[in-house]
Amino acid sequence: MSKYLYYPGCSMEGSGKAYHNSLMPVCEKIGLELQEIDDWNCCGATEYLGINKIPAYALIGRNLALAEAQSNGAQDIVAPCSACYLNLTKIDSYMAKKNGVDELINDALSAGGLSYEPGQLGIHHLLDLIVYEIGLDTVKEKVVRPLTGLRVAPYIGCMAPRYDYAKRWSDSEHPLELDWLLGALGAEVVDYPLKTHCCGGHMPQIGPDTAYELIHRLVDYAEEVKTDIMVAVCPMCQMNIDAYQNETNQHLGTKHKMPIVFFTQLMGLAFGMRERDLGFGSELVSAKEAIQKIGSEVPKKKRKKKDKFALPMPHPLGNGILKNGTNGKELILPTEGRARGGRA
Amino acid sequence: MNTPKERIGVYICHCGTNISAVVDVEDVAQWAANKLEHKGVVIARDHKFMCSSLGQELVENDIKELGLTRVVVAACSPHLHEKTFRTACERAGLNPYLCELVSIREQVSWVHSDKVVATQKSKAIVSSGVERLIYHEALEQLSVPINPATLVVGGGIAGIQATLELADAGSPVYLVEREPSIGGHMAQFDKTFPTLDCSACILTPKMVDVGIHPNITLLTWAEVEQVNGYVGNFDVTVRQKARKVITDLCTGCGICIEKCPKNVLDDIYEVGMNYRKAVYTPFPQAVPNYPVMDLDNCIYFDTGKCKACEKFCPTNAIDFEQEDEMLKFQVGNIILATGFDLFDARKMSNYGYGRLENVFNSLEFERMCNASGPTEGEIVLRDGVTTPKAVGIIHCVGSRDKSHNAYCSSICCMQSLKFAHLVEERTGAHVYNFYIDIRTPGKGYDEFYNRIVEEGTHFVRGKVAEVTNAARQPDEKKKLIIQVEDTLIGKQRRIPVDMVILSAGLEPRHDAKEVAKLFGISCSADGWYIEKHPKLDPVATMTDGVYIAGCVQGPKDIPASIAQGAAAAARVQGKIQQGEMLMEPIRASIIEEQCSGCRICNDLCPYNAILYHDATMTSEINAALCQGCGTCIAACPAGAVIGTSYSNEQVLAQIEGLLMDVSV
Repeated sequence: MSKYLYYPGCSMEGSGKAYHNSLMPVCEKIGLELQEIDDWNCCGATEYLGINKIPAYALIGRNLALAEAQSNGAQDIVAPCSACYLNLTKIDSYMAKKNGVDELINDALSAGGLSYEPGQLGIHHLLDLIVYEIGLDTVKEKVVRPLTGLRVAPYIGCMAPRYDYAKRWSDSEHPLELDWLLGALGAEVVDYPLKTHCCGGHMPQIGPDTAYELIHRLVDYAEEVKTDIMVAVCPMCQMNIDAYQNETNQHLGTKHKMPIVFFTQLMGLAFGMRERDLGFGSELVSAKEAIQKIGSEVPKKKRKKKDKFALPMPHPLGNGILKNGTNGKELILPTEGRARGGRA
Repeated sequence: MNTPKERIGVYICHCGTNISAVVDVEDVAQWAANKLEHKGVVIARDHKFMCSSLGQELVENDIKELGLTRVVVAACSPHLHEKTFRTACERAGLNPYLCELVSIREQVSWVHSDKVVATQKSKAIVSSGVERLIYHEALEQLSVPINPATLVVGGGIAGIQATLELADAGSPVYLVEREPSIGGHMAQFDKTFPTLDCSACILTPKMVDVGIHPNITLLTWAEVEQVNGYVGNFDVTVRQKARKVITDLCTGCGICIEKCPKNVLDDIYEVGMNYRKAVYTPFPQAVPNYPVMDLDNCIYFDTGKCKACEKFCPTNAIDFEQEDEMLKFQVGNIILATGFDLFDARKMSNYGYGRLENVFNSLEFERMCNASGPTEGEIVLRDGVTTPKAVGIIHCVGSRDKSHNAYCSSICCMQSLKFAHLVEERTGAHVYNFYIDIRTPGKGYDEFYNRIVEEGTHFVRGKVAEVTNAARQPDEKKKLIIQVEDTLIGKQRRIPVDMVILSAGLEPRHDAKEVAKLFGISCSADGWYIEKHPKLDPVATMTDGVYIAGCVQGPKDIPASIAQGAAAAARVQGKIQQGEMLMEPIRASIIEEQCSGCRICNDLCPYNAILYHDATMTSEINAALCQGCGTCIAACPAGAVIGTSYSNEQVLAQIEGLLMDVSV
């Protein structure tokens, strides 16, 4: 069991309850022991940073300070919510610059008898922790009910991979970690080019027209490529697409009906856990129909006979093969500049 | 007080008003005459331009008339005029190394505005010069003979040009190329800008010349392994990789290639767009025309069966037993022309290269345009048959971008304009060029730009945000959509096209750093090789006898590469004609008794000048190779390395001089 400090964030107690309920048994299964940070507070989400910086930084700094105090030295912190994760890494990196911001934050924290030395904690998103620290091999071992037949759209959102302060992701614009994980669960992963496009963030509250348009784009393309279910790693993404889909339909005259669940819920299913223990049923666009497809016969892809005129594609970057023993960060790429074998 | 043993002259330069506007030059001279008298200063003068012939004569006359034994000149940086004053001293009969130039322009007047403080600092600097100078020794320059042969590394257009210039001048040249044929990137292109003449037509005659020239030893499929020695006398070791083809017997008939059953994707010459065989020449006009065997892909080396090439070879030229060979030879000078790598456009994943099939990089498109390329010059989509109706060309991919390379790759604008012309000419498609700025400063280049504008290419100013296949509108279905902010109309645009060409930037070779170390030269932060002076000496390096030409020094187009190749050759030919050369005597040496043989200095030396003797278990510095950089002196834990002109006594005296109280 590897032990991590767990920073749930507010969503886990409200809109993201399905995420919390599913990640708990899943983490236990793959050997992640989560120790919740005692007395944690709100990270300020996307809003507070826009109002008053230093108090907003201090709010986040307090969580880091608490984590450091409770860490016993060697632990890493894990946040399941992308907004929390981004805020924690952002403030850690701002403080590490030692340009005065660290002093202002520590000054504020000292009122509560706390302080934080940046760089002391590894800060992870739950997804990167599973892919890089636990490893896809371990995940594969636990799969008892592969998600065969389920076409999933990996929607990672913008806040986990951008800006990548902690340098954890394969790419900021087109990260493939979620694709790999869902692939390891046996699902059929669609190529989803909008994987880091905006879900609207807090726009449903302050500019609903914009939010509807953004939600429509994401769902429309998922439907276009015959997705059964979208998969989120962030409570805000999940909520916007799930909760505002109906309003989007009313507003734009569309007929979207695209379920979206958290990746941990699908991991739980693949590990053989029961749907009701994984928070299924709390989503507003029901995932029931999609889930029933698991195990369905996948029509064998006819191997497209290669057209004799077709030109070869360049080697893909990040083709999903993770190198062992390098913490999974390095991808095996065909040796640069040397010829590959193959038949025309 | 002891009578000073040296008679020192101090000369302060006004440099017009460059120095005198900020420094009270007369005061500094007067102060030096009074306050440094006990150090041996017998005369201190100031002059409007010390570097003028009048200024120099002043020094010469004083040496003769006052019997000066040391000279300090306070003026500009030693980089500019050290040689001038050393020569002046030499003319007056004084050893040139007994002259010291201290900088009160770059280090004082150009960086300060307060006249009082600047004058005081100048005094301190003059004082430090005097203190240091006392310890100077009369040094003699070393004369070394120059081997007339030259090593040229890299057989692209810059290396070819340098090789031919030298060979035509009668000097022997070794041209080493890592690929099976010379030609470099230029051999991959179809047309060259701005004249649109055929690249192969102007390149292949030069390649053929290299192949048959009696003064040229052409070593392809070979790499330089080791370089020892120094200017005039480099010992070079080259690994001739096993071709598995006996070149003396091979006639270049090509039957082995025809009979080889193994198809291999050609990642080098065809940039992954086409296939070759396991035994191959990269292209029909290859020089030399002998094939090489790709051992990683040969069926015989994989399974132990096949040998089809051997069976069918009419002259028994295939030799599966052939081994790599180490060739050793001596040269006097080296020209590095190892070229560039294309920026890997997969790093900008928002442009979809490697993921979206109809996104091509610039070299792929060059191959596609080439009549001997994968589509025989037809511009088509990745399916190999469909002609595009709209094409987007994106400039500055990986260039002028803080996340990748901050520099401008200099060729991409012209190359993109050329692409636009070729697409329009051959397909009639609509062409969109997405640019940040159009940079066309060469001869005939802006005229070419105007021609392309008139041909009807659409120009959109803005950095492309994304190339995506996620359609929003019906007319975007099955297209690539280019999302861009058009900064001329101030609006976001989505432009659907069938094909996208990424004008990827130029990068240093992936192994440029190791190669630089092998030849003892340095790279800039970007990885390009650093020239001796960016304006005045663009093809020499800080290492004597090693020159650079072409893209290895920075991105440049064909005419500029050729100019540099020829320039480097001229520099080398000049050296060869001197027969021998004088070396600066500023260098380090090791006191053998104090050397513990720890070898710390051996690896640190950037010029590979330090040898270790197993017998005495001590290190020794090759005087001809040492450039006097001082790294070993600083590193030696035993203080066993001493540097001429930079001994501990001198540096300490210099510091003492700087700390002198100049306010009184």
